[in-house]
Amino acid sequence: MVDVPYDAVTEVPPAEVAEVDLYHPRSWWTRYVFSQDAKVIAIQYSLTATAIGLVALVLSWLMRLQLGFPGTFSFIDANQYLQFITMHGMIMVIYLLTALFLGGFGNYLIPLMVGARDMVFPYVNMLSYWIYLLAVLVLASTFFVPGGPTGAGWTLYPPQAILAGTPGQDWGIVLMLASLILFIIGFTMGGLNYVVTVLQARTRGMTLMRMPLTVWGIFTATIMALLAFPALFVASVMMLFDRLLGTSFFMPALVEMGQQMKYGGGSPILFQHLFWFFGHPEVYIVALPAFGIVSDLISVHARKNIFGYRMMVWAIVAIGALSFIVWAHHMYVSGMHPKFGFFFATTTLIIAVPTAIKVYNWVLTLWRGDIHLTVPMLFALGFIITFVNGGLTGLFLGNVVVDVPLSDTMFVVAHFHMVMGVAPIMVVLGAIYHWYPKMTGRMLNDALGKFHFWVTFLGAYLIFFPMHYIGLLGVPRRYHDIGEAAFIPSSTHTLNAFISIMALIVGFAQMVFLFNLAWSYFKGRPSGGNPWRATTLEWQTPETPPGHGNWGKELPVVYRWAYDYSVPGAPQDFIPQNQPRATPVLQGAAP
Amino acid sequence: MAETALTTHGLSPARPDGWEGIAADWSSDQRAFKNVSWGKAMMWIFLLSDTFIFSCFLLSYMTARMSTTVPWPNPSEVFALEIAGHHIPLILIAIMTFVLISSSGTMAMAVNFGYRRDRVKTAVLMLVTAALGATFVGMQAFEWTKLIMEGVRPWENPWGAAQFGSSFFMITGFHGTHVTIGVIFLIIIARKVWRGDFDVGRRGFFTSRKGNYEVVEITGLYWHFVDLVWVFIFAFFYLW
Repeated sequence: MVDVPYDAVTEVPPAEVAEVDLYHPRSWWTRYVFSQDAKVIAIQYSLTATAIGLVALVLSWLMRLQLGFPGTFSFIDANQYLQFITMHGMIMVIYLLTALFLGGFGNYLIPLMVGARDMVFPYVNMLSYWIYLLAVLVLASTFFVPGGPTGAGWTLYPPQAILAGTPGQDWGIVLMLASLILFIIGFTMGGLNYVVTVLQARTRGMTLMRMPLTVWGIFTATIMALLAFPALFVASVMMLFDRLLGTSFFMPALVEMGQQMKYGGGSPILFQHLFWFFGHPEVYIVALPAFGIVSDLISVHARKNIFGYRMMVWAIVAIGALSFIVWAHHMYVSGMHPKFGFFFATTTLIIAVPTAIKVYNWVLTLWRGDIHLTVPMLFALGFIITFVNGGLTGLFLGNVVVDVPLSDTMFVVAHFHMVMGVAPIMVVLGAIYHWYPKMTGRMLNDALGKFHFWVTFLGAYLIFFPMHYIGLLGVPRRYHDIGEAAFIPSSTHTLNAFISIMALIVGFAQMVFLFNLAWSYFKGRPSGGNPWRATTLEWQTPETPPGHGNWGKELPVVYRWAYDYSVPGAPQDFIPQNQPRATPVLQGAAP
Repeated sequence: MAETALTTHGLSPARPDGWEGIAADWSSDQRAFKNVSWGKAMMWIFLLSDTFIFSCFLLSYMTARMSTTVPWPNPSEVFALEIAGHHIPLILIAIMTFVLISSSGTMAMAVNFGYRRDRVKTAVLMLVTAALGATFVGMQAFEWTKLIMEGVRPWENPWGAAQFGSSFFMITGFHGTHVTIGVIFLIIIARKVWRGDFDVGRRGFFTSRKGNYEVVEITGLYWHFVDLVWVFIFAFFYLW
């Protein structure tokens, strides 16, 4: 691709299939509410995910208040604390990050970036959102049912998840499992759309190896989700039966309050295997879209082609494949055979290879680039640093002998918040700053954006760096009050209070961001169609925001890959994918 | 969807065979699977995902069966029927399996006639398929009733490990749900075929797109998959 002389026009094959009729909305309801347009569905997904994500953010403040100042807040008791961690974790991982990356960015960007008019099955796509909304409502309803939401921890490990003594045992756990089942059904409908659109509905000239890495990341993550969510689906169904019908899939023989329970013969470890067969790919379902998006952000804002594009694509695919054979590294302390531990530690460490390739390629893309420290770029740089930090502690935890003493300590909490909490959220924020102009036609406010970035980035470090240290001391996770113990120095309490204050400050910065979103929608500087001077197709639409059908009369034709930045000899420092020649032939100009 | 299936204008007729062909298709633009419509591609990917669901169910069942300390009930005895004074093991399941496999045959014939655009034969064969599927579900209901009368419950049974009943109801129930959904879809599509929707290019109520006879094949894919899954359930649950 790069070795082709920049001004040569490559032959583009003719269209293989005629265009498909679009669904045309006839009323306000079918245009904005029951819309079949992927862009509207994307915004619906994003707003819903943000709304429920705010609930999870508030829960994290409450948790931090309790941890930082134990005994001060009488309205948070031990049960509520457990409910908060459960709902915080589940919402953040599944209902916020997965939905936002795949349902939000996937829906918005896939059709635009591959040059399609819409997803291939707009009606099914619409159903996907409404089922997702139902799943969110069912989940949110658990706050209002008797007993409140489940407090089983986001991993929902049986037997405790469905036993008396765990908060939310009557309604919370049942609704949680029902909500997960709904989410998976809804996601499958959307996911099939994303995959088929990428495989079968690209525009002329758009080969797989010309797709922006954003699409590659979302595409691979979606395939993984379609193969990993089934395990969670099955685990949820089985646990629902254990809870409601009294089956014993996951329930061993138990004595409760001196009474032999009716359960017997089930395997809690089976649940752990099913859960983590979903749970580990889930980490990469969240990470791969982030990898893809951040590659594009870096390339655009450093005005340089991505380093090692093909390597980046294959690294995404390799990470996706490998992530299906590492799941038991979450189960080193479950009593499994040491040889399994050896196997899973090895595969876990092997994943570091393609991941490191990606990090090196990002850094090499920046190397001698024309780096513009715009807000999206700042978030992209923040992501790289945060991800490397979180990834390195992952190497610690991937080794059995290191993991065993660190298991269930705050070190683990700090690790996964760095690597799959803060890092992907950095990309989400960067991506919003980057694509908001395309979605609304207005720029987000730059000053507020920089404030948001610095508080979030530094704040995240001030929250999670000390947490590693607390974890190394041996402070366990999921304790509502660590109390006084010989191995916990009093400085820990000071640190905990410090972390809590930082968490509140970072939370406040997110409010500034939300204000920025709302304010800029009305008052932001008009952006024009391509404010970042980017090459990919979504910036070449005839209208901004793109209209129904995206492209007006003619579908775009792609002549080049997505990364023609600063091509030597070209008149501009970027050449859009749909531009045949580096030098545009001006109308009426002499040949 | 209509257009993606049947028009191949612009697609060069000479494409390389074998691995070279696969490499050429995947490195080409527009479509990775040439001549595969959106609907068919989506059904294949859905079936792949569904395969993982059934695999997880079956693996969980096998784990439970292998790790239980209580004896597992003998399927040959449990699923035996007394017919005319003869004690025949697994007879009901054998008939059910036969019915379901036969329905795959009629489905395949329906697909064949669909591509010949034979409206009546396609619709009739699809309805026969649906009838056989409904028969299967009916026999399953009979089997469930019989076991429930004998005291099998999801949480216990008279003969041994409680997980027998749990797994049985869960897995056959999930499969039966698939068959039932298949029957409903067969009837819907058969109605469309019968009415001539695919001959006149009538637009779908929800999607506002024109359908075509390929939908028959896509329904067939699902139906054959449900049959195939049954073969695995039959092998792992009843014959083990």
